[in-house]
Amino acid sequence: MSVLEIKNLHVNVETDQGTREILRGVDLVINEGEIHAIMGPNGSGKSTLAYTIAGHPKYTVVEGEILLDGENVLEMSVDERARAGLFLAMQYPVEIPGVTVTNFLRTAKTAIDGEAPSVRHWVKDVRTAMGNLKMDSAFAERNVNEGFSGGEKKRNEILQLELLKPKFAVLDETDSGLDVDALKIVSEGVNRAKENTGLGILLITHYTRILRYIKPDFVHVFVAGKIAEQGGPELADRLEEEGYDRYQVAEPASAE
Amino acid sequence: MTVATQSTAMPTAGQHGLVAHSDGPVVPVQTRSERFRSVDVADFAPVTGREHEWKLSPVAAFADLTSGELDGARLGLETAGAEGVAVEWIARDDARIGTAGTPEERASANAWTSFGEALLIRVTGEDDKIATVTRTGLGSTPRGAHTVIEAAPNSRGLVVLAGTGSARLSENVEVIVGEGANLTVVSVQEWDDDAVHLASHFARIGRDAKLKHIVVSLGGKVVRVNPSTHLAEQGGDVEALGLYFSDAGQHLEQQVYVHHDAPNTRSRVTYKGALQGEGARSVWIGDVLIGNAAVGTDSYEQNRNLVLSDGTRADSIPNLEIETGNIAGAGHASATGRFDDEQLFYLMARGITEEEARRLVVRGFLNEIVQQIGVAELEERLTAALEAELQGA
Repeated sequence: MSVLEIKNLHVNVETDQGTREILRGVDLVINEGEIHAIMGPNGSGKSTLAYTIAGHPKYTVVEGEILLDGENVLEMSVDERARAGLFLAMQYPVEIPGVTVTNFLRTAKTAIDGEAPSVRHWVKDVRTAMGNLKMDSAFAERNVNEGFSGGEKKRNEILQLELLKPKFAVLDETDSGLDVDALKIVSEGVNRAKENTGLGILLITHYTRILRYIKPDFVHVFVAGKIAEQGGPELADRLEEEGYDRYQVAEPASAE
Repeated sequence: MTVATQSTAMPTAGQHGLVAHSDGPVVPVQTRSERFRSVDVADFAPVTGREHEWKLSPVAAFADLTSGELDGARLGLETAGAEGVAVEWIARDDARIGTAGTPEERASANAWTSFGEALLIRVTGEDDKIATVTRTGLGSTPRGAHTVIEAAPNSRGLVVLAGTGSARLSENVEVIVGEGANLTVVSVQEWDDDAVHLASHFARIGRDAKLKHIVVSLGGKVVRVNPSTHLAEQGGDVEALGLYFSDAGQHLEQQVYVHHDAPNTRSRVTYKGALQGEGARSVWIGDVLIGNAAVGTDSYEQNRNLVLSDGTRADSIPNLEIETGNIAGAGHASATGRFDDEQLFYLMARGITEEEARRLVVRGFLNEIVQQIGVAELEERLTAALEAELQGA
């Protein structure tokens, strides 16, 4: 059984104003098949955690560890992490000029699996996955994220999640900016991926709304770069009623 | 807010633009078709680098070609012919020479003044065919050359004009497309790193004829290929395409000019380039002139640049002049973007290596042009050459 462990993680980011400490000792264990929701106010360091797991060069780990099945993730390059089974659904997916969705998906799948997918099955898999996400087949020939609406970009992220079949997925505010229909479609995609592959999910969100469609096993409240409280799904209900006010936000880390 | 009253009267002699300009003693012409032209190098003042046609070029790197004496002897050729394509040398006084255009700058005029015989590539017959003429082994001697590519009325064909090895070459290429003909000319510059190549292509498109003109510049220290197309008769059509990959210390330039001069003519200009490495440089100037007679013109030009590293510079200047309002359409576009760290992160976060990510983006970007060449073997070779460029810098 796969496990993603985050131990005493301290992360800094370089800004124009100098070095800022964003994460201040994060501990988290995610087992295969579990859904962990990370909730917290803006600037609490949620996205920093997501990008640090994926290996974005902007973030510097100053202390602590990230282990995937005991392997040191921090020593891996960004692409090695992805090939080891980590996936980050981005909050703001970038446009890639000149590269069609079809070409991109096939290249990524080949890189992750170490061999090209069989043409017949692959074409069918892509078509089915796009259909499930209510994506028009014309998407396949468009350049990655170029001219996509906010909702289309998020669906494209979940499309990749379903096709690349990672062991662990970090969803960075996948719900932000989605209308309720798109939110349902995207949530169904995440649930389907979990059902099909049993992956572990770290669901980062500001709002409780998405938790109506994706049921977390655990909820962690992030404040000022640390987990301030954790519990089961009932904690999300309480947050919905009370908001983040009762966590005294003394020194917001503001990295998002 | 204060609104200044602007006079719409003709400018007076004292106004800027009508007095002697710091660029030189001559007032720059305002209309593209009225530029000074001559086949005699002596009619042009020495090149200073401030002239509008030279101001973005490293003129000191090729003073021998603009002001020195040029060897006008026959160039070394390797020819892969085809039935219906004749390749021969013709005399300077051949009637075809000078029918497609006249030099507008000194390097071009110098070549015209110097060449001994002209190379004629003549396409006849209605079947598709492909011929390749490669200029090679030109060495370090400054040379001037003249080529005429002629497509007989209603003929079809594709001519690849290639350059390899070292060279210091200034040349003129006239492309005469006869009535109803369908000609493709692919000019491929894969010179050695130290080569300098200055070329002016002049195309004249006959009635209902079509030219596809493709400039591919990959190798050479300075490569400047300036294609002009005169849509001189009704129904003429030109598709002018370009592809360049400029790496460290390389200057690749193209000044494209399309003159719509007859009713119902069409032009599409698409140039795409990538730049990588310190001092990689590209220049694209796209002039389109829609003349008074050119009613029903349909025209679009665009340039796209992909910047792959710091230290590069891409100049991109589209100009559109319209002398008649009665046209089907005219547009231009230019965009220069970079392949940045966030794009790289996105692709790598999907398991793709950095090297593969770059290749994916560049191939995707430039393939649009490569695919249009229409010679499978050449397309494959250029795709491989582009990947080598990526690795090389």
